[in-house]
Amino acid sequence: MGVEVAVEGLSKSFGRQAIWRDVTLTLPAGEVSVLLGPSGTGKSVFLKCLIGLLRPERGSVVIDGVDLCACAERDMYEIRKLFGVLFQDGALFGSMSIFDNVAFPLREHTRKSETEIRQIVMSKMDMVGMLGAEHKLPGEISGGMRKRAGLARALVLDPQIILCDEPDSGLDPVRTAYLSQLLIDLNAQIDATILIVTHNINVARTVPDNLGMLFRKELVMFGPREVLLTSDEPVVAQFLNGRRIGPIGMSEEKDSATMAAELAHQAAGHGDGSGHEDVRGIVPQLEPTPGLPARQAVRRRRARVLQILDTLPESARHGIMAELSLEDYERYQDWRRRTTGMAMPQPMPQPMARRPLPPQPGPAQQRPPQPGPVHPNQTTPLPPARRPRPWRRDDQGGRG
Amino acid sequence: MSAPTRVGPPVGEPEYIEPGPLQRGKAKVVGALREFGNMFAMGLDVFFGLFRRPFQVREFIQQFWFIASVSIMPAALVSIPFGAVLTLQLGSLTEQIGAESFNGAASVLAVIQQASPVVTTLIVAGAGGSAICADLGARTIREEIDAMRVLGVSPIHRLVVPRVLAAMGVAALLNGMVSVVGVAGGYFFNVIVQGGTPGAFLASFSALAQQSDLWVSEIKALIFGFLAGLVASYRGLNPKGGPKGVGDVVNQSVVITFLLLFFVNFVISVFYLQLVPAKGA
Ligand SMILES: Nc1ncnc2c1ncn2[C@@H]1O[C@H](COP(=O)(O)OP(=O)(O)O)[C@@H](O)[C@H]1O
Ligand SMILES: [Mg+2]
Repeated sequence: MGVEVAVEGLSKSFGRQAIWRDVTLTLPAGEVSVLLGPSGTGKSVFLKCLIGLLRPERGSVVIDGVDLCACAERDMYEIRKLFGVLFQDGALFGSMSIFDNVAFPLREHTRKSETEIRQIVMSKMDMVGMLGAEHKLPGEISGGMRKRAGLARALVLDPQIILCDEPDSGLDPVRTAYLSQLLIDLNAQIDATILIVTHNINVARTVPDNLGMLFRKELVMFGPREVLLTSDEPVVAQFLNGRRIGPIGMSEEKDSATMAAELAHQAAGHGDGSGHEDVRGIVPQLEPTPGLPARQAVRRRRARVLQILDTLPESARHGIMAELSLEDYERYQDWRRRTTGMAMPQPMPQPMARRPLPPQPGPAQQRPPQPGPVHPNQTTPLPPARRPRPWRRDDQGGRG
Repeated sequence: MSAPTRVGPPVGEPEYIEPGPLQRGKAKVVGALREFGNMFAMGLDVFFGLFRRPFQVREFIQQFWFIASVSIMPAALVSIPFGAVLTLQLGSLTEQIGAESFNGAASVLAVIQQASPVVTTLIVAGAGGSAICADLGARTIREEIDAMRVLGVSPIHRLVVPRVLAAMGVAALLNGMVSVVGVAGGYFFNVIVQGGTPGAFLASFSALAQQSDLWVSEIKALIFGFLAGLVASYRGLNPKGGPKGVGDVVNQSVVITFLLLFFVNFVISVFYLQLVPAKGA
């Protein structure tokens, strides 16, 4: 199973340019998360902090019990073996052929024979649809191909944590759809923790279990996908719909004069390039290709989300309930009746959080009979003063 | 509409104050010291990396070949006139004070101990170091170096150590070649052009020069080669912003190497002259 990545109070600046501050989020083990954000908000910088390539000024990134922000170089190299990272431009080694690039991690870290290496490399190349290009140099293939080759290289050691920096940029919509499917299939097969950084709305709506957004030097939200997809937050609504009207401007922030002018234009009938329909709302999540095992993450996430359900906003709650199968819904009702008996008090009560979900009644093929013990991270009661609503930063009200 | 407005900077963040010239000067000095410290730290890493297995043989041979191929011709071409100039200058000096017979020794020692290591390293740094720096710089901005770190491979061990070692090796070998060519050039000009006696040239040489002179020359070349490779790699791995930054660091790496080179040469020469007694003294 994948590894949990716990980020706490992370702040990064270059000189006196603050990139983002106080980012706190947890990538749950084995789940797929997507981080959205307009260009230049420091998404790539965030990824580099997660792998210890950049050292943030404050905060911690804890993986497997090791704080990457405060560990020795030697431990860092060990921890990094858990990672597969796809950089924004592929970051292939320019002097090596695609084959050698993909084989590089195997040659460095394993004692496999050349035949075995060849076999593994070819299977990964096949996975990303790059067969036939293995003897080309990175300079001789297109940007999208470089990206796919970069992904093949990131996957070759079967990583437990996969980070993808804009896997879709430079790819056409069809290839992006294939890539999304590939990541979901991977998650089903190796149960890796995946974080995708993107500004592709389609990917954000269909791929992840958890969704977050960076804007104005902060993490606007991070939580179950339903929360962000149904959010009324103006930034989120603007971003998901790709509109000009809203707080995001051509440069990072918009001043009120521009905002007023745009509203006036809109009132006068000047469209802003986006369709009129609102694409927010929960759409079905991408499933693994038929024939593959079901994603373990789905079950784990459902247990987790149902436990914090009462802390989520109404629209997200409706969305989540609507997605439940009848069976799950009954199970949930039953569990609620047994744990509380009546309406649930607001900050989550401790006993409820500790108890695992009741065993599943029916013979469900795809799910293991007993939902595993709840992850320690969720059993600790949230300090009510600090995070009454875990998907959202507290001090939102003070801005505007 | 009365949106809640916040006055002043965000809580917990000091207000930014435009620095005066004094502060800026101080920041520059601190920045330079920090760079130097970082480079020193990397120097230690590289030094210990020299003894770490597995050794990157392929990379080393490629780099060695590359540095040698760009340095040999210029080094040879520079060393002939350099040796000649030294010999001519010393020849006329020694003639004025009536010590022609020592011309050979003086010019050979000057070539071997001072001219040869310095010339060698100037060329290794100028031709090989700048290429190393540009190569590593381009890889850094293409995120290749980051990718390598993420794949759990240390770029110091994988890329820098073979380059530094190659620079040291080429410097040591070229130093031998430059010495020979320089001395031969000196001999030619002294004997043929200035009409000196071949016997006196050689005799004075063996009377005053000793083997340790050759050793110190080689040691200097090794140290200078190390510095040239280290500075080039350090600057290459730390370019500031985009392709233009790569151009800048190549430029800086050559200048910094030259400055370091003459300073370190001074220190080594002083110590050598103090510690090793001259022959016949
Ligand atoms: N090494 C660096 N030094 C200084 N500034 C940087 C560096 N890397 C990124 N930045 C700055 O950080 C900001 C965010 O960059 P990035 O993470 O690439 O944004 P994106 O969200 O589009 O990936 C940019 O303003 C960029 O100028
Ligand atoms: Mg980016």
